[in-house]
Amino acid sequence: MSIEISEVSRNTKLLIDGVPFAVEDVNFVKPGKGRAIYRLKMRNLIDGNPRETTYHSGERVEEVHIASHDMQYLYAESDHYVFMDNESYEQHSVSKDMIGSKAQFLKEGLMVTALTMHDNVIGVDLPKFVELAVVESAMTTKTDTVTAQQKVVVLETGATVNVPTFVKERDILRIDTRTGTYVERVTKK
Amino acid sequence: MSRAETSRLKQIKANLERRALILDSIRAFFKREGFLEVETPLLVPQAAPEQFIAPFTVNGWFLSTSPEMHMKRLLAAGYGSVFQITHCFRKGERGQLHNPEFTMLEWYRVDADYMGIIEDTEKLVLAVAGDLGLGSTIRYQGKDIDLTRPWPRVTVSKAFRKTADWDPVLRHDPERFDLDLVDKVMPGFSANRPTVLLDYPAANASMARLKPGDRKVAERAEVFIAGLELANAYTELTDAAELEKRFREVIEETGDSGGHRPLPRRFLKAMADLPPCGGIALGVDRLVMLLCDAAAIDEVVAFPRELA
Repeated sequence: MSIEISEVSRNTKLLIDGVPFAVEDVNFVKPGKGRAIYRLKMRNLIDGNPRETTYHSGERVEEVHIASHDMQYLYAESDHYVFMDNESYEQHSVSKDMIGSKAQFLKEGLMVTALTMHDNVIGVDLPKFVELAVVESAMTTKTDTVTAQQKVVVLETGATVNVPTFVKERDILRIDTRTGTYVERVTKK
Repeated sequence: MSRAETSRLKQIKANLERRALILDSIRAFFKREGFLEVETPLLVPQAAPEQFIAPFTVNGWFLSTSPEMHMKRLLAAGYGSVFQITHCFRKGERGQLHNPEFTMLEWYRVDADYMGIIEDTEKLVLAVAGDLGLGSTIRYQGKDIDLTRPWPRVTVSKAFRKTADWDPVLRHDPERFDLDLVDKVMPGFSANRPTVLLDYPAANASMARLKPGDRKVAERAEVFIAGLELANAYTELTDAAELEKRFREVIEETGDSGGHRPLPRRFLKAMADLPPCGGIALGVDRLVMLLCDAAAIDEVVAFPRELA
């Protein structure tokens, strides 16, 4: 919906060149007899990058309705992942590209936060930490990423992470999904 | 009363008490100077045609955006020098320094030009600071500001050439003018002294007289203190035909000729009798901010828009 720039306030969501932004701050400047200037500080809702844009009074912008939903990861199919909205039980397909490398931590049943615009999922946030079981710890120590204190293990989702040498198969590990790194061992077998 | 409201109002109480003293001090100053305090309507049949000032409408009438036209009608009737403290309403103006309803101090001195009005402003601000016991140096947002007269004056032409590398008096570019004023020229002003920016391009004259001898500029001056635009002064244009021409241009440019902003006929008719005078509009909320060391208008107004 097209709105006047004067109607924009903090938390308004705008669509700019097809990309949704959340307005974080509106700085209104107006030289006495001059035209009002609106400086918007925004955040790209897809990649999280900040953006600053200056508008003048009278200009129009596109407001979008962005909603946040709790969804559950169901399964993968060709180039999509399928999630289910926990309230409506509606299923949503999300392209693998949108989730990127974090997808390696998607486990069946994992709860995520999905942003939707006009009912389409435009972004998926994984929990900051996930707990995953080690399925293979017998990786060779020949790769140069492995140091004396570290080795590489394979998790139940197929992801590989560097871990301390005491980690064994079937151990449950806490993984930071933002960095893709090992945090701690939750239970040992 | 909600706890949030009680707590906020308690927090700004000292500012609002000081605000009351400032209003007393302003009135005392103008009474000493022989001005008559007047009142003019807030609900008006026409708003002054201004390109970037939008009025609120009420049943086909308007909330006053400025008391200027009515005060000049009193001047035209021979009331002599007059002043007024009143509320003004400007649609869409909301920010750290703006509330759509705000308090304006406006005065007109007969037989004065814009520089005479700037001298009034210097004396007024010093008198108010003195009445508050602050002396001639005030502290605002961590900086000392020396209010001693005379305040440094700089022409628009010189200020823009120095900080923005162009001269708006020679080249007409209103969009760039506003942006550069905010981004380049104002940040170049002294942080420790008020600045008087004067001789605006004729295109930004509004209701100011063009300078006799240099018709490229208007006798208009603005006062800036610590990054706050405090007041806007004119040598008032007394040429009714010229005024009507400027109004028509604004109405045409804003594309608002469908009777929404009709020409203010009574005002234009009275202008034939306007005595030579200078006038100024000063933002009272901003003056209070300066004297209370408040960073935002919401700290000096009891009920800003969102809390009204």
